[in-house]
Amino acid sequence: MARKTSKATLALWTVVGWAAGFVIFFPILWMFLTGFKTELEAYSTPPTFLFFQWTTENYVAILEQRNYVKYALNSIILAGGSTLLALVIAIPAAWGMAFSPTKRTKDVLLWMLSTKMMPAVGVLVPMYLIFIWLGLLDTHIGLIAVLCLSNLPIVIWMLFTYFKEIPKDILEAARMDGATTWKEIVFVLTPMAVPGIASTVLLNVILSWNEAFWTLNLTTIDAAPLTQFIASFSAPQGNFWAKLSAASTLAIAPIVVLGWFGQRQLVRGLTFGAVK
Amino acid sequence: MGKIELKGVEKAFGTVRVIQGVNLVVEDGSFVVFVGPSGCGKSTLLRLIAGLEDASGGAIRIDDVDVIDQAPAKRGLSMVFQSYALYPHMSVRNNIGFGLRMAGVPTDERNRKVDEAAALLNLTPYLDRRPSALSGGQRQRVAIGRAIVRQPKAFLFDEPLSNLDAALRVSMRLEIARLQSSLGTTAIYVTHDQVEAMTMADKIVVLNGGRIEQVGSPLELYNHPDNLFVAGFLGSPKMNQISGVLAEQYRAATIGIRPEHIAVTRGGDGWPGTVQVSEHLGSDTFLYIDVPGAGLMTVRAPGELGVAAGDAVHVGPDLNRLHRFDANGLAIR
Repeated sequence: MARKTSKATLALWTVVGWAAGFVIFFPILWMFLTGFKTELEAYSTPPTFLFFQWTTENYVAILEQRNYVKYALNSIILAGGSTLLALVIAIPAAWGMAFSPTKRTKDVLLWMLSTKMMPAVGVLVPMYLIFIWLGLLDTHIGLIAVLCLSNLPIVIWMLFTYFKEIPKDILEAARMDGATTWKEIVFVLTPMAVPGIASTVLLNVILSWNEAFWTLNLTTIDAAPLTQFIASFSAPQGNFWAKLSAASTLAIAPIVVLGWFGQRQLVRGLTFGAVK
Repeated sequence: MGKIELKGVEKAFGTVRVIQGVNLVVEDGSFVVFVGPSGCGKSTLLRLIAGLEDASGGAIRIDDVDVIDQAPAKRGLSMVFQSYALYPHMSVRNNIGFGLRMAGVPTDERNRKVDEAAALLNLTPYLDRRPSALSGGQRQRVAIGRAIVRQPKAFLFDEPLSNLDAALRVSMRLEIARLQSSLGTTAIYVTHDQVEAMTMADKIVVLNGGRIEQVGSPLELYNHPDNLFVAGFLGSPKMNQISGVLAEQYRAATIGIRPEHIAVTRGGDGWPGTVQVSEHLGSDTFLYIDVPGAGLMTVRAPGELGVAAGDAVHVGPDLNRLHRFDANGLAIR
């Protein structure tokens, strides 16, 4: 029996829903607006909302002061590289656990997830030292490795969940057809898991793009991504809120666009296969 | 060539022995059906032959080569799954040709072979479709096409018709049997459907609890079951099994009479009884008759029989077709 909702209740919940959505969206809207204010206006009390002197001077200033393209390129290299590396490691790992599980598979999965339970700062000093010894500070390779490792548990978990949905029969059919393990993964498993892999990639790119702890601590110039670009406007001589906001808007713009186009995949990815 | 020999094949999952010392010879070109109740190990046995499961003991020989340590693909067998197991992201052409592609067959030759197989199975118009755009019967034919295109030593069928509706099942049954005999390739076919077993098999292997109960031609098993299990499993409706005083008259612990080997008369020879239920199928009449000393007996009479529930009748078994079993359930011959 379908539950009946009166029009009044429906209207009320619609308002509540939009209100909640607005509250969640507000900081981003505020950041966007602040980017178009003068530094003075950005500090004003009471704060101005929409009716202020709109200006693009912050954008002009930050693009003159910093090389946005270089930071953005680094973000693309780090997010793309760490995602690719994570996939290369995670697909075989998830395949193994999904189709040839042992008694310990569940434990291994939990152990991997448990590495996410420790705050990253807890291993900052050893990581920093390792990076010095290996000469990886402020290098793409070093950062790609760290970002890959920090997201790997989630990537493996997501792929594992997707692979579990693939009927075992089909892989066995491939085996009967003469596919080796690698051919089975390349020609059968991976193409069948494309929707799952796509949402995993999207989520991983977003997480890596926005990752700020390791990127801020282990890069300075050469490998510095957009997180460094934002942080550089919070200077010792004071915070330039308007410039900081303009920089943040520029930094998140690519990923917002990507997320917008990948909405469906993302929803599927974040519900971990619950939506079919 | 495709002669398959099993010697003392064992399979255990943990402490559960699902296959217990199976010995069997499948002759080249024959159609062998594994039949048994669910959980009897028939699918596991097939998967052991395929190499999809590792045997815990014994030997499996294909054309006199021990394959127990060989990967599935190396054994030269092909399999048709109950779920069809088609590759959903590939066209029918690529599904059928996948095995050839894995074997490194050049594209031209591969296409020629796929076209041949498709023509044989009436799949030519569908070669560019995805499996999702096909009906159940068509999907099953693609799965069969995938199996025959590689010219394997033997086909393994794992309940291939269970997902089809009744009418399609009958026509696919015929198609598979005809295809197998025209190709002359050895086939092992797993089913729980005794009609499929009786109609398709050169040789039926009846399995129960991980052991072979009896091996023989369909009519051998029907006419001369080795034991009560085989007697009761094959034949529909089930054989009547009667123990006690009535059986002792025939010097047996249990006697078995098939429903079609009983004559029902009003006041003729035989055991007196009362009709409980009569089912009229048009071609046959099934009677469930309460016979004192024997319990409820099933009778199958050809055509229409003017007998209704509550009628007093006499039940006369055909004594030439009576089966006798000893206290261990084994046939007395």
